[in-house]
This record gives sequence, structure tokens and C-alpha cells, in this order.
Amino acid sequence: MMYTPYTKRAALWLLSTSFFAGSALAGTIEVAAGPDAQERLQAALIDAKPGDTVQIGAGRFDLTDGLSLDVDKVTVRGAGPGATILSFKGQKGAGEGLLITSDDVVVRGLAVEDSKGDGIKSKGANRIVYHDLRVEWTGGPKTTNGAYGLYPVESTDILIDKVTVRGASDAGIYVGQSKNIIVRNSTAMYNVAGIEIENSYGADVYGNIAMHNTGGILVFDLPNLPQMGGHNVRIFSNRVTKNDTPNFAPKGNIVASVPVGTGVMVMANRDVAVFGNVLEDNGSANVMLVSYVSKFDDKTYNPMPRNVTVRDNMHGRSGFAAAYGGSPEANAMLSAGQFAVLWDGLDSTPPSLRVTDKVPTLSMGFPRQGAGPAEAKPAPADLSGTPAMPEPPMITLPAAMEAAIQ
Amino acid sequence: VRRLAIAAALWLGLSASSQPTVNDALIMGDTLPPKLSAFNLMSDNQRLGEAVQPYALNTALFSDYAEKYRGIYVPKGQKIGWRDDGVLDFPVGSVLIKSFGYPADMRKPDEAVRMLETRLLIRRISGWVALPYVWDADGKDATLARAGKRMEVSWTHLDGKPRTISYAVPNVNQCKGCHDLAGSLTPIGPKARNLNDDVRLQNWVSTGLLDRMPANAPAVPRFDDANAPLEDRARAYLDVNCAHCHNRAGPANTSGLWLDWNQPRDVNFGFGKRPTAAGRGSGDREFAIAAGHPESSYLVYRMESLDPGIAMPEIGRNMVHTEAVSMLSDWIRTRK
Repeated sequence: MMYTPYTKRAALWLLSTSFFAGSALAGTIEVAAGPDAQERLQAALIDAKPGDTVQIGAGRFDLTDGLSLDVDKVTVRGAGPGATILSFKGQKGAGEGLLITSDDVVVRGLAVEDSKGDGIKSKGANRIVYHDLRVEWTGGPKTTNGAYGLYPVESTDILIDKVTVRGASDAGIYVGQSKNIIVRNSTAMYNVAGIEIENSYGADVYGNIAMHNTGGILVFDLPNLPQMGGHNVRIFSNRVTKNDTPNFAPKGNIVASVPVGTGVMVMANRDVAVFGNVLEDNGSANVMLVSYVSKFDDKTYNPMPRNVTVRDNMHGRSGFAAAYGGSPEANAMLSAGQFAVLWDGLDSTPPSLRVTDKVPTLSMGFPRQGAGPAEAKPAPADLSGTPAMPEPPMITLPAAMEAAIQ
Repeated sequence: VRRLAIAAALWLGLSASSQPTVNDALIMGDTLPPKLSAFNLMSDNQRLGEAVQPYALNTALFSDYAEKYRGIYVPKGQKIGWRDDGVLDFPVGSVLIKSFGYPADMRKPDEAVRMLETRLLIRRISGWVALPYVWDADGKDATLARAGKRMEVSWTHLDGKPRTISYAVPNVNQCKGCHDLAGSLTPIGPKARNLNDDVRLQNWVSTGLLDRMPANAPAVPRFDDANAPLEDRARAYLDVNCAHCHNRAGPANTSGLWLDWNQPRDVNFGFGKRPTAAGRGSGDREFAIAAGHPESSYLVYRMESLDPGIAMPEIGRNMVHTEAVSMLSDWIRTRK
């Protein structure tokens, strides 16, 4: 049944049948494609009450500004990522396509295209569920594309499931300064970074495909931020292959320093396990273990990777087109070794980086954090002798989050 | 009959000059009135009503050169409480009113003003509530526009040349986007240091609007006051235009770039601060502020851009504030 483009069925039903059912009844607000999509869709996101579903119809919604949701316990649902298309091609304002700042929100079944800034951002939005979504810059990888496809930040309990992101000029799926995170069954292609977990505590990243990015999956920690000390991250059962898109991030951003052909990169985190992944055709290296390379002024920041285990991954060809050497000559020499694992050569005392995959490993032999390419002394290395260490615990999310997408 | 008509006209004239009393019950209630007139806060020429205290700020948030008409309503018998830092303590029942309009010619700011919107920030028992009203075409009343609106606006600019922009009335979520402090809606402008011009607050104390004012009260300069120290002008501008988001508890706290008045000059104040999630907002520049080099500072780059993926602030700006960019560039150029 279709009323006006924007109808509140629950309210009508309440008026017509029942006055004593209470106000907690979940309702559905339908929004159909058509003129004035911006105001109608934004009005629905403002008028929604906790428990409501904003049901966005099939079709293309041409939006002129960012959309935002600030009501707890709302589901935003489209007719599928191929059917409900929120296009921000004509966006005139706001730093993202959709911004969510409330708790217990579910976003599913829609696509966000061509936002000028980030695609979907959620900040301080606990227990958020992203399911069955597509975020895409339709012109392919370009420096003028927005930074992040999916961008949850400063949140506890995040579920990202079955999401596809293409073309982000920074990271396709980026989780920053958050806690208790699952990223799974998702696809990141033609982004600078496919999936990035940054300054976060507790993340399971599994069952994803990261392909044709500059770098596939990154685990980073940066200084001078409210939440630092990223730890407890497991990267497993992912396909991280053919990450071969030249880096198109604006300089200055941390991902601009990621060499093309990076598979999984762990930088300045502790307690990280990389296991059971398929890693192949990553021209620089399938796995990189490195410290933060820039100068920093923050006494509370630790630039080193610590307690990192790399085991039981299936390695295909890699390291054949090294892009981290600093000069074409150096790159050619390094490529000849076809190193699957690249380590900057820095470790704590006692050593805490353990790689038991039977693949060639290269140490860059840097003497200290922040050293330049001129100080490198590259040489084959063996990190299999580092004693085994406990791995991070499995991430469990509140049952209601899993139930929301069953 | 004629005498009666004159009497009636006189009576009407009298009643027009003494406005109906402000609707305190509506202010204190929990409804979102669809029409601005219901509050009785405005006069019938779209200006502030008699019960409202007009005010200005030393340095104001830039809003695409719109003329802004600010007022404070405090219920009878109540006072604003002094606070050294942060926004003054407005009693429950207070309303902050801000109207936005464009004169036909900015060189004559008081003539032929097209009033676009009036925003209310209402202090209720539950906290502050933001209500944006857009003026109806006939200018007689304004209608609540919670979902925001875009309007084309044209005027003759200060340089005598015509300007046209797509003016954006924020939706209520965007109101919170700027007015959020640690999860609660809060005013931005009326802080003691930004109201203090050595006259205004003293007057408010003497008329009983403000409860007290210490000696040596803090003050920020006008950003365009060439006689004030450049450091203070820059900090005043950043405080009012950026720090409502860019502070430790604001919507942009996760960037690690904090630009409030009291932030020490460190990495988090921008000096040597690398981009966190700026994306193409960094414009290939390494630092928010590169001392001595505005051309290498992405803070300046983002203020010079109108691209929604780059521009700062993220909302409410469809023009470049060239006077501020120039002042901040001078400031950065002369820092070491």
C-alpha cells in the first residue's frame, strides 16, 4: 500500500484502532523516491521514534546535503544495495553522506554513492549494525573521491557485515578509536586502504575480500588522539589479493605512505594475530610489520608493533614489485627476493614479533624509529624463533546485534 | 461614528506598540510549536520583540556574510549567572534568538533586509532545544523547518559586485552537529569572554540581567581589530568558528585538533598536527598549522575551499571568509 511519499503507518494505525496500546509500538516510516527527497528523507530520520524503521523505497534519491540520524534504536532499511540508491553527486554541504550519532541503529539494504566526503559516518554510536550495504564512488579510484566509505568512530560494539566499498580515497571500511568490533563478509576494492582498524581496542576482521586496493587490510595506531594504544586485533580467513591500485590518497594522510601492493599491514599496535588468510599477488609484500615512521610529540604513544603473530596463512606470489625501497633501483633489487613478509627491523626487548609462515621474510634493518631510507640495511630475516604468545580473544557482540540481521 | 473610528484606531495603535507578553508556558513546555509567532518573542517587523535584549559578540561565527540579529530573553525575575569560562548560566525559560538576513546591498546593512530564518535555542528543564524557523514568503510569520532547507539568496556584496549563494538552513541534527558538547546541546556564542566589551556586561549587571561580573573579566578581541594582538585575534576566531566542534568533548574531538581558547599551543592546537581522518581535506599538506607557512597549512586550505568534502566548517559555509583567511594566514606566517 502506498500513501503519500512519506507516510507514518504506525501513527495512522494507532489513531484508527487503539488508544491504550502505549507509545512504544514500533512503526514504519516509508519514504519513496521522487522530488524533494532531501527534505522528505531527512524529515523521516528526524521524526523517527525509538523502535521505528525508516523504510526507503527502491529507486534513486538525488540528495543535495548530508543526511543525519540522531534517534536511538532506529532501523534504516532500503530495498537492497542494488535497488535503493542514495546519490550524493549533487551534494552541496556536509562532510559525509549519512551521519549517525545515536545508539542501537541498524543500517541495511541500501547504497550510498558519490558523497563528497565520507560515505556513512557514525560517531559515538554504540551497538551499530551495518549490513548489506554498498558505498561507492562510481567514477573509479580518484583523488577527488571521499575519504572513507564506512566510518564508525568513537563507538563501542560495531558490526559490519556484507558491505561493499569501492573507490574511497582513504579507507573503504575504516574503524577508528572504537572498541569491540567485527568486520566480516565484506568486500573492499579500488580503495587506497581496503579495511583499516585504527586506534581501536578489540577487533575481529574475517571472511572479507580485499582486492585491488593499494593496501588490503591495515591495523594502525596514530599519536595525539583521544584514544591510542590499539590492541587485540585478529585478521583471519580473509582473501587479500591483487592489491595493485597505485596510491591515490592526498599526501599528508597516513595511508598515503602505504606502498602499492601491500597485503596486510600492522603498524604500532600490540596483540595482533594474522592467521588463516589467503594472501596472494601483493606486489610489495603480503604482510608488513612496521613502526610509525614520522616524528611525533606525544609521550603516551608507542610507535612499535608488539606481540604480533603471523601464522598459518596461505601465501601466493608476492614481493615481486616492491614499492617501498625509496628508489627504482632499490625496488628492483628488493623485488628480486620476492619477500612475502616485510619487517622494518625494529622490535621490542625481548622480541615479540613471531612469523611462522614458511615464506621469505625481509628485514629493512632500520636502526631506530623514524630512520630514513638511507639508513636501511635490508637483509633476509627469520622471525619464527620468537616464542609463541597468547593471541587476542574472540570478539563477542550483544546478541541483539546479531539477531537484527538474522 | 467618526470619533469612534478614531478611538478605535488609537486603541489599535496603542495595542500594537505594547506587545503581548512572551509565552513563557510555551517556552517551558515540551512542544515544538510550528509557528514562531506563538512565542511572542518577535516584533511585527521581523525584528526582536521588546522583551528581548539584543546583543552582539566580539568575534562571531561566520555565516556567509549574513546579517545576524541576536537577542536574549530571560523570564521576568530571573538572572543570567556569571561563568568565567564557557557559556553564561542561562536560567530555565531563557531563549537565545538569532535571525539571519541579507540586505539588498551590504554597504547599506540596515536597508531592504530579506529575513531568511530565525533560530531559537530554548533552555528547558530537560536542557537546551534547538528550533529553526524559516520566514514565510509574506514575512508575517516563520515556520518550523526541522528538516532544513536551501534557499537561493542574492545581494550586492561589500565590493559592489553581485553575489548569489545557495543558503542552507540547518536541520535540527545539524544544529546539534555544532552545538553538541559531550552529548548535550549547548549554546556557542554567549560566553563571557566573547560578550565582554567593557560596556555590555556592566550594563547587564546594572539592569539586573546578569547576576555579577568579576573585575578583570576575560575578553577576546574582534578578529578584525587591527589594534589587538594577532595571536589573540587568531585564537578568538578559531575559538568561535572552529572550537564548537574542535575541542576535547565536541563533535570533532576524534580528530585530535582542538582549537578552543584555552588549548595550549601544542600539537593538538594544530602546530605540527598531521591529518587524522581529513581525507582530501589535507590537500597534500602535512600539518594543520605549519608555523611560518600558511601555504603548507591544511587549516587554511580547508577554509579556502567550498567543496563539501574539503571545506571547514562542514556546514553553514557556502562562501570563503576572505578577511579571516587573510588574518589567519598572517598569523601563521609570523609564528615560529
